[in-house]
Amino acid sequence: MVNGLNLLFQFLDSFAFIVLAAVGLAIIFGIMGVINLAHGEFIMVGAYATTLVNVRLGLPLPVAMLAGVLAATLFGLVVERVVISGSVPNAIGRRLVGRDVVEPLYDRLADSMVATWGLSLIMVQGVRILLGNSLDQIGTPLGNLAYGGFSYSTYRVLLAGVAVAVLAFAYYLFTRTDYGMRARATIQSEHTARALGVDTERTYMTTFAVGSGLAGLTGALYAPTITMVPTLGGSFLVEAFVAVVVGGSGVVLGTLLAGGLLGSINALFSNLIGTFFGRIALLATAIVMLRFLPDGITGYVEHVRDRRREGT
Amino acid sequence: MATEAADGGGPGGGRGDATLARLRRRFEGPNTVGNSRSFWIGFAVAVLALVAYPLAVGSYQASRFSLFLVYAFLGLSLSVVWGYAGVLSFGQVVFFGVAGYTFGVVSVNFATPLGITAAFLLGIVGGALMAAVLGYFMFYGGVRDVYVTIITLVSTLVLHTFMAQTAGDEWTIGTAALGGFNGMPTIPTLAFGVGPVALTFDSVSFYYLVLALLVATYLGLRALVNSDYGRVMVAVREDEDRTRMFGYDVKRLKFTVFTVGGALAGLSGVLYASWGNYVSPQVFELAFASLPVIWVSVGGRKTLLGAVVATVGIEFFRNSLGGEWAFVAVGTLLLVFILGLPGGIVPWLHRTYLDLREESGAPDPADGADAPEVSES
Repeated sequence: MVNGLNLLFQFLDSFAFIVLAAVGLAIIFGIMGVINLAHGEFIMVGAYATTLVNVRLGLPLPVAMLAGVLAATLFGLVVERVVISGSVPNAIGRRLVGRDVVEPLYDRLADSMVATWGLSLIMVQGVRILLGNSLDQIGTPLGNLAYGGFSYSTYRVLLAGVAVAVLAFAYYLFTRTDYGMRARATIQSEHTARALGVDTERTYMTTFAVGSGLAGLTGALYAPTITMVPTLGGSFLVEAFVAVVVGGSGVVLGTLLAGGLLGSINALFSNLIGTFFGRIALLATAIVMLRFLPDGITGYVEHVRDRRREGT
Repeated sequence: MATEAADGGGPGGGRGDATLARLRRRFEGPNTVGNSRSFWIGFAVAVLALVAYPLAVGSYQASRFSLFLVYAFLGLSLSVVWGYAGVLSFGQVVFFGVAGYTFGVVSVNFATPLGITAAFLLGIVGGALMAAVLGYFMFYGGVRDVYVTIITLVSTLVLHTFMAQTAGDEWTIGTAALGGFNGMPTIPTLAFGVGPVALTFDSVSFYYLVLALLVATYLGLRALVNSDYGRVMVAVREDEDRTRMFGYDVKRLKFTVFTVGGALAGLSGVLYASWGNYVSPQVFELAFASLPVIWVSVGGRKTLLGAVVATVGIEFFRNSLGGEWAFVAVGTLLLVFILGLPGGIVPWLHRTYLDLREESGAPDPADGADAPEVSES
């Protein structure tokens, strides 16, 4: 019974971690075809902004978290304009040498991986130079849940609820709003969407900002629970990456199912053997899943749906 | 392929030149830059400069520099796999590290010259075997494109996590403890031979060994990519489906090239482990895993020369710069090159050189050479 509860909390914890880490990456990957290896550093921006506002400026935690989300969103906008779409360097290039100097990274998977990896190197080292090797940390709020000799942080359990809420928000955003309609049109066919009057450039920009904002939210939410070091993004990136790959291109469903599957595998193996093996099991699952379902879980779901439709 | 280098030698006279031209033709073709007489002269000058380098700067600097040459094998392995066969692997360090650890375990257990020679070979085989297993799993399983990249990336993370937890006593193979996060610190120096007739390679002699191996590997790979097999590799890179329609076994080709790449990365790993007498899970870290991609992107992935020059150049630069700004500089370099010069620096120099010569109206029919690559020494 007690071990069952342990397992449940462990599952909720890794589920929340995987979903929150992955959702921003999934949106950017699913809609723009950009693999953002600097995703962990966007989370770091959110976490650092939250911590700095809370500890140095003394503002309450919810306000600080909002500041974290805003900081990451703005940062994302800048990165999109300068690196991903290349419109800032191109504007400069047109003025100086009379032509575009860079090509946008949209749908160039390998190149976007390499470029964002460069960005991530700069950010980790830049933050280390500017702010030192660690920051003072915010204490975890909300106390503990105690049961039968064990206790678990209430805040971390709450995060599982937040993760579900974030997915619900993403679902609403992509199915019920004008922006969501434009974004889905852009995924299906960029040219048709543009011919029908969708400003795809702006859609991409908004998408990147939304993805960065969600990364910032993740950072803000986890700021009270993790050590503030410049490399904190690395631990998020791996889980996020694996979840996106396992989930496939369907943002909401994919992230939800991947979070559920990987979360339970991670919790189970961590509980039975140890944290290291939980992580190895998670990564091994990802490799096996990629081998058999290269389009991810949602790709498989779609495949089954198509087959059924053909059958009837 | 407009730049087919049909005439290797140009208007040379005498038998010596004819033999030389025949020899050169094996190493020349559309898949490499530098198919002219001036290139080979530059190449010879560069090799001579590298041979003279230890005499000029002393054994400490030579030993430091030999690490950069060791990394060049790792860069070459990615250049072959990614630049020529079109498989972007983030996992070359997997084979590098597996080979390093294999060399460590075997050589610590059998610390005689014969044992170390065997460890050297087993390390390379280990790297190749690891690549073969992973390659079979991926390519015969129909994994393609960016998913290969992701699987290789995840593999490095698996190995990093796994090796980092091998601190306990149960992770001792014979007398060699894997040592968890601290790694294996007492790997013997490289030696070849049996008993009394053994050669030990440290500092300057290690430098010359690595240099000789590197020149041989570079020339060997040039011959490979300019052979018929190399043409098929490039065809796979350019259009996989069309190449398959022409009747080539694309899966087997990718599997083979990936395995060869694993062996090259393994060679690099073995040399690395014996260079520092040390190997640790750091070699599986993301930061290290990304270095080969950086070298090859900056140098130009479609040229072997670019891989070597950029690897040695960037590592020399990073090492000399040192300290906290090194990674910022490397990241910026990567960003600028991927955005502004996606082909890499060596092909760009090559093209600029050709354009300049065309403007000056030199009537040289042969394919041009790039600038001599001695900038690092």
